[in-house]
Amino acid sequence: MKFTRTTAQLNWIYAWLLLSPALIMLFAFTHYPAIVTLVSSFFSTPRGKRPAKFIGFENYQALINDEVFWQVMWNNLLYALATIPISVAIALVMALWVNGKLRGLGFLRMAYFTPTVLPLIAVANIWLFFYTPGFGLIDQIRNGLFGLPDQNLLGQSDTVLWAVMAVAIWKEAGFFMIFYLAALQTIPPSLKEAADIEGASRWTFFWRIIFPLLMPTTLFVSVNAVINAFRLVDHIFVMTGGGPDNASTLLLFYIYEQAFKYWQTGYAATLTVVLLALLSVLAIGQFFFLDRKVHYR
Amino acid sequence: MSEQTLLRTKPFKFNWDKMLNTTGAWVLALLWILPLAYAIWTAFHPALYEVRFDLTAPLTLENFTKAWEAAPFGRYFLNTVLLVTGILAGQFILCTLAAYAFARFEFPGKSVLFTLVLLQLLVMPDILIVENYKTMRHLGLVDTITAIALPYLASGFGIFLLRQTFMTIPKELEDAARLEGCSILGVLWRVYIPLAKPTYLAYGLVSVSHHWNNFLWPLIITNSAETRPVTVGLQVFAAVDGGLEWSVINAATLLTSGPLLIAFLLFQRQFVQSFIRAGIK
Repeated sequence: MKFTRTTAQLNWIYAWLLLSPALIMLFAFTHYPAIVTLVSSFFSTPRGKRPAKFIGFENYQALINDEVFWQVMWNNLLYALATIPISVAIALVMALWVNGKLRGLGFLRMAYFTPTVLPLIAVANIWLFFYTPGFGLIDQIRNGLFGLPDQNLLGQSDTVLWAVMAVAIWKEAGFFMIFYLAALQTIPPSLKEAADIEGASRWTFFWRIIFPLLMPTTLFVSVNAVINAFRLVDHIFVMTGGGPDNASTLLLFYIYEQAFKYWQTGYAATLTVVLLALLSVLAIGQFFFLDRKVHYR
Repeated sequence: MSEQTLLRTKPFKFNWDKMLNTTGAWVLALLWILPLAYAIWTAFHPALYEVRFDLTAPLTLENFTKAWEAAPFGRYFLNTVLLVTGILAGQFILCTLAAYAFARFEFPGKSVLFTLVLLQLLVMPDILIVENYKTMRHLGLVDTITAIALPYLASGFGIFLLRQTFMTIPKELEDAARLEGCSILGVLWRVYIPLAKPTYLAYGLVSVSHHWNNFLWPLIITNSAETRPVTVGLQVFAAVDGGLEWSVINAATLLTSGPLLIAFLLFQRQFVQSFIRAGIK
């Protein structure tokens, strides 16, 4: 009896020793900064000899009164609401195609997936050239084929966000396609045969059989898409710098500006708290909402 | 199994449904490849042909040499390679040890700690830029490659992935090795790591492409050519106002993504399979 107890205790020690390097790093650069962010959102920004002092909810008060903040929130919400469903839907269609027996499958798969491997910063440069007014390919087509005037898609507040979204969709769809493809390949062909015997149309077969079976993948992919919609802002740096008039500023980009351009670290911490809260609520909400519809096998 | 399914072809039979699908798939594929094809076109032709699509246009590598001479891309590449290998080595070591503990040991606080690890999938260092910058300043590491790498070394994703793999390995193998007198680390080294090789490959590819492409954190923490990775280098290069032709910028853009792109085209199948493997939980 005594022997097993000591082996158990020995095992604890081993386990803790194995864990400690990873956990120390994890706490130092994830949990600790997350907590400190929350704390410093209640403090003023330290300036020179003046240390940060406790100011209660003043940062949050400023946030509520900050018109730019609300615009940024709206931008990011719109950005998420548009990019997530579109990229997930395109990904699903791509996967269905690539999983079929179409001609040139190798090329199709490569074409869909390649944008995923490129750095977002490089992708943004390519698209920036695409969008160049009067000169880029989009205006070339507008002028040449339709005789339309030049248009500065990135320079107008009503088009800029959509122009930026197109880049994100282009970059992400191929990545999500992979997960759908993996899921599709686990669906036994006997289901298709059974549906054919029953005389079910392809449409019915897709919506009644395939789509429900793909629900776990849809959940996984959309949680990822939500996180990416708030985490990836690299293209904003290259393409718009948040402009014109903050029309394409996303939340993380705004945090960057506040912290590293204006050195308002207290306010930036407050914004980060909002971002973290938003992500948690969305991820948890999505999980519960979609989870009820997921059919686990 | 997947490859056979993909390669199996049916006897030819014309049908509209298939034709429409093929057309749709090809239109989307061409649309998808268009931006990249356009960038490649401009990068390999003189600036004169930026918007003139003439198949007889002379090919040139001049844009690449111009870009290479205009900014220290050699140094940027070295930095990125150091960064990516450093992160990968660190992740492999830290995540392997932690994953082993979570997969095969019983200890108090296990589930709480595992939840804390998984929390990183949501609360990523990418978002905590303000506080992590302060930490690096206190450590005196601002503008070092170490500082770019540190926040990513303990990866919740990696720990999770390796734990899942380790748990599928029969415990009998470990017990047998222990009876032979293998130590804990010996078992890990001789039994678990060799059997988890495909997971390491998959995770390695995901990690390398992720950190090769990472931008925001390196942008914040570096401020000299000696530490900048290629992504930040490209931004600094392209952001210089005026003077630069699009063809040169596009050449630089291809240059920075080139190694990954070529690796991807060569090992396409492994890449795709790895991403699938890493994605299925």
